[in-house]
Amino acid sequence: MKKTNRTLLSAVVSGAIAATIACSAQATTDGQVKLGILADMGGTYADICGSGCVIAAEMAIEDFGGNVLGKPIEMVSADSQLKPDVASAIARKWVEDEGVDAIGGLVSSAVSGAVSKVNADSKNITLISGSASNTFTTKTCSPYNVHWTYNVVALANGTVKPMVQAGKKKWFFITADYSFGHALEGMASKVINENGGEVLGNVRAPLGTTDFSSYILQAQASGADVVALANAGNDTVNALKAAAEFGLTEQMDVAGLLVFTPNAQAMDPATAGGMRLTSGFYWDMDDETRQWSKRFEQRHGAIPSMIHAGVYSVTMHYLNAVKAAGTDDTDTVMKTMKATKPNDFFARNATLRPDGRMVHDMLYVEIKKKDERKDKNDIYKIIKVIPGDEAYSPMLPQCNFS
Amino acid sequence: MNNMKLNLFLLALALLAPTVLYPVFLAKVLCFALFACAFNLLLGFAGLLSFGHAAFLGTGGYVTGYLMINSGLTPEIAIILGTLAGGLLGAIFGKLAVKREGIYFAMVTLALAQLVFFFYLQAPFTNGEDGLQGVPRGALFGLIDLSNNMVMYYFVLTIFVAGYWLINRTVHSPFGQVLKAIRENEDRATSLGYDVNQYKWLAFVISAALAALAGSTKTLVFELASLTDVHWHMSGEVILMTLVGGVGTIFGPLLGAGFIVTMQNYLSGGEMGNYIHIIMGAVFVICVLSFRSGIVGQLMKFKRNNF
Amino acid sequence: MATLFDINLFALFGQLLVGLINGSFYALLSLGLAIIFGLLKIINFAQGAMYMLGAFIALLALKYMGINYWFALILVPLTVGLIGILMERFLIRPIANEDNLYSLLLTFGLALIIQGVFTHAFGSSGLSYPVPEALKGGTKLPFMYLPNYRAWIIIVSVFVCAGTWWMIEKTKLGAYLRAGTENPQLMQAFGINVPLIVTLTFGFGVALAGFAGVMAAPIYSVSPDMGSNILIAVFAIVVIGGMGSIGGAIITGLGMGVVEGLTKYFYPEASNTVIFLVMVIVLLLKPAGLFGKEA
Repeated sequence: MKKTNRTLLSAVVSGAIAATIACSAQATTDGQVKLGILADMGGTYADICGSGCVIAAEMAIEDFGGNVLGKPIEMVSADSQLKPDVASAIARKWVEDEGVDAIGGLVSSAVSGAVSKVNADSKNITLISGSASNTFTTKTCSPYNVHWTYNVVALANGTVKPMVQAGKKKWFFITADYSFGHALEGMASKVINENGGEVLGNVRAPLGTTDFSSYILQAQASGADVVALANAGNDTVNALKAAAEFGLTEQMDVAGLLVFTPNAQAMDPATAGGMRLTSGFYWDMDDETRQWSKRFEQRHGAIPSMIHAGVYSVTMHYLNAVKAAGTDDTDTVMKTMKATKPNDFFARNATLRPDGRMVHDMLYVEIKKKDERKDKNDIYKIIKVIPGDEAYSPMLPQCNFS
Repeated sequence: MNNMKLNLFLLALALLAPTVLYPVFLAKVLCFALFACAFNLLLGFAGLLSFGHAAFLGTGGYVTGYLMINSGLTPEIAIILGTLAGGLLGAIFGKLAVKREGIYFAMVTLALAQLVFFFYLQAPFTNGEDGLQGVPRGALFGLIDLSNNMVMYYFVLTIFVAGYWLINRTVHSPFGQVLKAIRENEDRATSLGYDVNQYKWLAFVISAALAALAGSTKTLVFELASLTDVHWHMSGEVILMTLVGGVGTIFGPLLGAGFIVTMQNYLSGGEMGNYIHIIMGAVFVICVLSFRSGIVGQLMKFKRNNF
Repeated sequence: MATLFDINLFALFGQLLVGLINGSFYALLSLGLAIIFGLLKIINFAQGAMYMLGAFIALLALKYMGINYWFALILVPLTVGLIGILMERFLIRPIANEDNLYSLLLTFGLALIIQGVFTHAFGSSGLSYPVPEALKGGTKLPFMYLPNYRAWIIIVSVFVCAGTWWMIEKTKLGAYLRAGTENPQLMQAFGINVPLIVTLTFGFGVALAGFAGVMAAPIYSVSPDMGSNILIAVFAIVVIGGMGSIGGAIITGLGMGVVEGLTKYFYPEASNTVIFLVMVIVLLLKPAGLFGKEA
């Protein structure tokens, strides 16, 4: 009696196992487009790509018409908490278990790296709008990476080069201690050395540091002309605050290498005014940007950062490509995306290169001083437009996925 | 005998589960269940509350992840080495910690684990905040490709069963009996001639090694090792799992891990994502105030009173 | 080369001073923990959350009620202390007879809840609290520019710590407290309301954390995880100083801040770990802590 029971049980079990092992997870080509947006809902980067990134993607889907390939476009979103393991687990669940076709948003290079690894294996598209590291189109390039908005090369070329050429030769770095900060510091150092400057030293501060006083003291002791902040978000705001508190801003130049509009708004105009930096977008550039930004502001309650605008732009480009290709098959969609030139209020003179890098005009801007500002949203004046080819480095042959 | 039946039933359930549920999720449950069982060996059967078990979970993960990326070893070897590394760290921790008791023990393990956390934060081979990304799962014995989630799941299940069996054997061995005696009355155990600290130390080492085994396996499942696994929040989570399930019971940690991981899985990503820590804190408070024997403990009480 | 040497010496003094400022917070927090541990024999894991709560209450009081820094310095510790009293009375006392590990876990759970609620309400990115007008600016020292507010922190913390020490070691109230620690039954027999003393002590210990929170608000960004980040280091400090030793907590707190500052100068990579390394060494040489009695 007992024996038959057990045999029966094992037969059922092994049958079921055999059946399930046969079907394994791969990118779905089911004609149902589903987007996943990973953002930082409550952390250091929440202001630059938190709920705003979700709103931007929603706006793109709505403006597109809500349907593609005859079915409503679905969207899911989640909080990466800026942790690569959390991001990786969510991405895996999305693409393997929930039929997500492409993942966007993606602030923090550590998060983007983890998601891009998952997507490279499962052949799903990674639409990076919020991360700065250039690794996604160089060292860890993949046929499924799309890197929008900006990267460390553009920041270094745009912000650091003019300063070195203007005679600021000695630099010290306060760097966010993860892939993004390392990449930015590395790229900026390269530009400094190439233009006859020198790097006197650096100090690495963990992501989310709130007290920069000891780092500021180290910078003060370095004897540099410029202290470069190779960090972003609230890290930049807090570092600048400490720099002002300890009188550093009166002894040396402080250069924020990556400053987003919400963070520029949070800075004291007395210390930040006059600082020059590079941005992929500014809301008040012309009528087109103002029109979109006003709509965004109505829904989000604050003006868009370049990442918000980038998320809208890349989502739109992706949906257009799906429509044009007539399928959600990853390889076909990627091909179509790269074959079409992105062109909207955000992407000016733009191309999506075969390596996944979106090259477009960048802006060299200056943070306005207090008396120059009309209202709280009036923060940058545009010094000049940097053509995409000058801002970004050329494509590497091993990353040419055409 | 009864336990045997339950074990077989659970095993059948575990074998069939991936036909309906997402295998990576199930593998995660098993990894945490093993972690909680390992932790419970120390808290439940030796009466020692470690607040630093994340250090072992993380060490297993980092060692295995590093070896898989850089050495070309097969996964089973990488896992064994990860486990040994965790055991070794446990031996060092144990030497320092078992001299102290109760709350002192908890604080010392917590502080030691924090030391390990900062080490991994800064050591070059862990990639700091980025973590070890893209750890290949490799091929088991160089033959069976683990990249398929189903195959991976059954591999994890095998490891779990082995670990679980080992813990059960330990608990029921003469060694386990001495541990229980120490938990109940340390002075008496000493006067009976047992070298109490030596026993505690050995229990600590076994527990640490098994926690590292869980971490090693988890790294392969998620193809990633990160600071989250070494952070002291993780040490808190494993305490919660054990407490919810039932401290000192065999099935408790299993159930507790399943409960907490499932909860986290459903809350993360959704609207409720923000509430995870609040809910976990509330579960902690409720458990401590009115539910100290955990789910399994309550069930056993219920059974005793009614049957 | 001489100038280079000077600059380095200046940098060293600067780091020591910053270390002393951090040490002031360590001292206030570990003092609170030590007082609570001394009488209740429990570790309050929510001490960090109370510190965070202090900073947030100060911030919210300024924003919504216009209560400025100086009033906050008095009102916030009272509020946080009251919260502590309620916590002790309704949550901790019911399990006072259980193993004290349970109260550790209970306060851990409470810390998670409090931190979670604030993360939910304010995000974890951090808010800023303005430096009070009277303490703006700074003083040019020979080796560094010292912001006035940071100098204020050192002075006030040392003053508060010394005052607390004096109260416990030298006054009658303190004598009751110490006697309650040694032998609660006997005290009860003398007609002293020991449960009340326990509750008030817990409230006072927690209020110290709230006070530290207000002090920290203008220089650290006010964020929900500010407490949990510092707490573990404070635990290690309590272990180094000797659990429950009042003087030990103060001296070790300030001392460890300075040691951290030294490390930041000589070997910055180890600055996060140095406290824990010291703890390991102390445990090896003197398991009861530097100022603790052998249990």
